[in-house]
Amino acid sequence: MMKLVVGTEAMFFLSLIVAFIYFSLSPAFRNLQQSTLDIKTTGMFSVLLFSSSFTFWRADANCRKGRINRLKFWLLFTIILGIIFLVGQAKEYMKLLDEHVNLASSTFGTSFFTLTGFHGLHVVVGLIILTIVTCLAFLGDFDAGGSSVISTVGIYWHFVDIVWVFVFFVVYVVPHLM
Amino acid sequence: MSRLEHIRIPEPEKPLPGLTISSDQGLIQWLSSVDHKQIGIMYLWLSVLFILVGGIEILLVRIQLAVPNNHFLNPEVFNQLFTMHGTTMIFFVLAPAIFGFATYFVPLMIGANDMAFPRMNAFSFWCTLFGGLLLYFSYLAGGAPDAGWFNYAPLNQFSYSSSPGIDYYCSGLLLAGIGTVSASVNFIVTIFRLRVDGMGLKQMPVFVWMILINSFLILAAFPSLNAALVMLLLDRELHAHFFNPGNGGSALLWQHLFWLFGHPEVYILILPVFGIFSEVFPVFSRKPIFGYGFVVASGVAIALLAFGVWVHHMFATGLGNTVNNFFAASSLLIGVPTGVKIFNWLATMYGGSIRFSVAMLFAIAFLVEFTIGGLTGISFAIVPIDWQLTDTYYVVAHLHYVFIGGSLFGLISGIFYWYPKISGRMLSEKMGRWFFWLFVIGFNLTFLVQHALGAMGMPRRVYTYPDLPGWGILNMISSLGGGLMGIAVCLLVYMLFTSRKTGQIAGSDPWDANTLEWTTTSPPPLKNFNLVIPVRSTRPFRDWKRPDDTDWAREGVNNE
Repeated sequence: MMKLVVGTEAMFFLSLIVAFIYFSLSPAFRNLQQSTLDIKTTGMFSVLLFSSSFTFWRADANCRKGRINRLKFWLLFTIILGIIFLVGQAKEYMKLLDEHVNLASSTFGTSFFTLTGFHGLHVVVGLIILTIVTCLAFLGDFDAGGSSVISTVGIYWHFVDIVWVFVFFVVYVVPHLM
Repeated sequence: MSRLEHIRIPEPEKPLPGLTISSDQGLIQWLSSVDHKQIGIMYLWLSVLFILVGGIEILLVRIQLAVPNNHFLNPEVFNQLFTMHGTTMIFFVLAPAIFGFATYFVPLMIGANDMAFPRMNAFSFWCTLFGGLLLYFSYLAGGAPDAGWFNYAPLNQFSYSSSPGIDYYCSGLLLAGIGTVSASVNFIVTIFRLRVDGMGLKQMPVFVWMILINSFLILAAFPSLNAALVMLLLDRELHAHFFNPGNGGSALLWQHLFWLFGHPEVYILILPVFGIFSEVFPVFSRKPIFGYGFVVASGVAIALLAFGVWVHHMFATGLGNTVNNFFAASSLLIGVPTGVKIFNWLATMYGGSIRFSVAMLFAIAFLVEFTIGGLTGISFAIVPIDWQLTDTYYVVAHLHYVFIGGSLFGLISGIFYWYPKISGRMLSEKMGRWFFWLFVIGFNLTFLVQHALGAMGMPRRVYTYPDLPGWGILNMISSLGGGLMGIAVCLLVYMLFTSRKTGQIAGSDPWDANTLEWTTTSPPPLKNFNLVIPVRSTRPFRDWKRPDDTDWAREGVNNE
């Protein structure tokens, strides 16, 4: 089921990414994109998000082996990485808003905030799910083993990371290649 | 969990009440139900409710258009009415009716006792209902959407449509879209996980196959609509610049995103109906479906091609000859698998001993009407013809021949076929025939003449027209036909209501049918099955009733 949900979500992001690329073909858009975005800072935060996929994979593996304490540790680690990523995104947004780049300022602002905003929203949803799962882990729900919850949540969390790979490439890396 | 025990969710304990609400718990049992049969029935009633609303809207439009230079409606009201008519009929009549049949019959046909996720099933229904109510709330909030059901940019922008109608259009369709997507996930998991032992993919009824294909189609198509709706909401509420060309946005982007959803959507509304016909034709011809593999495979082909034809809605936007030719070719191509199916059904009837029940009459009428709609569709794939006829009444005629002559005929056929199972009582065949002729004659009166009007150049969506030669009389015929259809639909709704209590008792298998839903009682008990008969072909119930003449034995002989 989660694979189907992720599949339909992927189509949703595809539409947003295509809209972004469509608008990015204009020179004014490119100039704004190059002058306002800071690939290094966001790149660092992105690495943290990508590593949260690794930490979640550890959580999943430990869950399957029945090591509940390690599961709890890696889950918490994943949540912290997710929160740090969101903090980074919030700081970036504040900086852009200070420079008067916002949803209504230009097609760049419009498509940038929509695309990254929807990804951020998915991270938030992921964090809520992870928090619930972590609470369940501390309440002892996974002690008996045999639960598929962790790996199902994993499909979603890895998906959110993979989407960011594409978003990061299109939004931050491509202007430096042109 | 113990603290929650005193909150008792009413669970029906007796056999389900069919179509009535006269159970011991009354309405609350329906509101709280997670049973796939009750949810399916609610989907179907939702669809009946909205067909009356959408029908009244379009009758008002037809009264306005009956004579030239008419001032029955003003242009603003006219725009709102045809927009609401289209949106309602597509999203809140055809779609919920399809989901109603699918929710009710997919578990029964695969020998399951419920959907894979019963509570999500209820969630899907309520999302759809409240999506529809949200759309209609726009009337109270200051004006309905008025930019047509496909809501083109920049007409959908605040500067052109400042009433909140289009905001309600976006949020209503988003909510209903969430319900549609979650229902599709539910169907796929149900069909893959809950089939009774022995029912491989090759023994699945064609209806179940079509719902399966359709669900994948929805999962792939709806996200682009949702993305477009979200973007439009951002445009209107937060002054983003997606679709407003004045600020660097792109009106074409809306068209691409909308039709990338919109064209698959028309197949979403027809594939399940092909499934219904693939049940009706074999039962009433007393033959197995001709070329089961081809019927299924052409369904898959249609689903795949559906994503490669959306630009044929945009030939007039000037995308260039290369693009136009590519999409013209793909649009012609999609006629092939559809034609294959038509021949499959004809061949199913050929040599069969046909029973002309109302369900079968609608199926046969569908073959004629849908072929007309298909041929006009093919003519649109030819770019110069499209340029000539685009945005005229020819388009209106075409799309109604496929939506009504295709989808709605199929759903009505499904009602007459399955009503005995849902309610335990028959619909009157005699009144059904009256309804059939009224509806089919009314339908052809309304839309056949619109081909001519379109060819004469009458544009669609104009609130009135000058008294040109022929236009007045043709429009009058069209409006009279519309009235006839209105009377017919009222007759149908009357039949649906009264037959619940007064119809002839149906018994579990009134049609001598083939599939598993007919092996249980009518209406089925809360728990559909205790034991399911063995499934070794696509007609398990027939095999069980005629052990000396089974499909699987005959196929076995053929293989040797």
